[in-house]
Amino acid sequence: MTTKQLALVIDLNVCVGCHACVTSCKSWNNAGAAGPLTDQNPYGADPSGTFFNRVQTFEAGEFPATETVHFPKSCLHCEDPPCVPVCPTGASYKRAEDGIVLVDYDKCIGCKYCAWACPYGAREIDEQQQVMKKCTLCVDRIYDEKLPAADRKPACVLACPTSARIFGDVHDPESEASRAIRERGGYALMPEWETRPANHYLPRRK
Amino acid sequence: MRPAWSVLLFTTLAGAGQGLFLALFAAQPQGRLMQAGLATSLALLAAGLIASFFHLGHPERAWRAAAMWRTSWLSREVIVLPAFMALVAAYGWTQSALLGALAVAACLALFACTGMIYACLPFLQEWRSPLTLVNFTLLGCASGLTLAAALAAALEPALARGYVLAALAVGAAAYLGRLASLFRNARLRPKSTLASATGIPQRPIVQMSQGAMGGSFNTREFFHGRPRAVVRAARWTLLALVFPVPAALLLAGQAAPAFLLQFAGLLAERWYFFAEAKHPQNLYYQAIA
Repeated sequence: MTTKQLALVIDLNVCVGCHACVTSCKSWNNAGAAGPLTDQNPYGADPSGTFFNRVQTFEAGEFPATETVHFPKSCLHCEDPPCVPVCPTGASYKRAEDGIVLVDYDKCIGCKYCAWACPYGAREIDEQQQVMKKCTLCVDRIYDEKLPAADRKPACVLACPTSARIFGDVHDPESEASRAIRERGGYALMPEWETRPANHYLPRRK
Repeated sequence: MRPAWSVLLFTTLAGAGQGLFLALFAAQPQGRLMQAGLATSLALLAAGLIASFFHLGHPERAWRAAAMWRTSWLSREVIVLPAFMALVAAYGWTQSALLGALAVAACLALFACTGMIYACLPFLQEWRSPLTLVNFTLLGCASGLTLAAALAAALEPALARGYVLAALAVGAAAYLGRLASLFRNARLRPKSTLASATGIPQRPIVQMSQGAMGGSFNTREFFHGRPRAVVRAARWTLLALVFPVPAALLLAGQAAPAFLLQFAGLLAERWYFFAEAKHPQNLYYQAIA
């Protein structure tokens, strides 16, 4: 627990479902160092595309006490990522220095086994490049010293108009992310599979 | 899960090739049957290997898949399959008992690797069972023995009766194993629910939107997308063609049609194996809007 584990903490209490995190993610990662994040038939009748991040919407509770919950979903950068050991080439890996789970697009053979091994469906194959893609926590941006310090955050975090996305080191108990998890009931998704997701979610509050 | 034809063909063809090799090594026929049988086994394995390449987005990088054998069953399979093929070829060439024994070991290791690729994924509950390994192994052996009976009928009739009896015995065991797995999987309760997938405390939870208007990799790769009637038809096909129909044909002395129908049954069996596996990610992809 001493090394760094970067992660996102997503506050479902304030997410308004505007999809700004989705579009900013797509924009940054489509134009970034890792190359395009391709779409197929984007303006046609049956559009499809590769995304690192999607905002889903759920309705919870019995009428009239129903609530609409917007639910951003991306790679959770698990501390025990099931997608990494199954990769036959070593293209999928978890960085020792900051815990980010990445794919080396030059080594990936596009066998899709890692996607089968992820219970969250966080990995999507790029149909044009035929390699597996997933959230990088904007690894090409968060360490870029040419950017002002305040901008060295994932694109989705900077774009969120309600500050529903907190970026930080969840192994540092004093980080904003750790404090939010501790003080606002942060939880992990599908704890039953013991993947220990680094990303956490903050529940709705009244 | 969406059944991928490349994987269905790979696992069924390689399984028959492995079973045929074991059948030949066990009975040690002399002359033409041994040579023709080993050549057929190698041809099936090669055809399976070629089929498996169609599963890859970058087949030209397939050699990289041998790298992570310490952690990945897929990587282990990628190493063991060509090693087994080389041993079968070397055994056919030299008839050395040592090479034959090594090939048997590689053959069993290959069954284990193929089965573990599926059985090692904890949240694919339909696959997470020793029955997955048992079924891949026994179904491969059964189809290999049926093929051996067909080849013996043509090349060495004296051995045909023995192979027919072995094919019936192993086929019955494989059928029982597959029935056990169908029975087990019909009673599974999914560990993950929309509640654990989202952590939303209220009940019920209904998905309104999955964040995309069109489909995505997630909607294509993890759903078989076929009507329930097709799934039922696949189950009936596997129930009829994996053992009962080939067994009747074997008893009637029709080993070659028995093998072809059993192989078709195994394709249905493998299709159903994928189609019945429910991936927990599907919880997040229940409503398009």
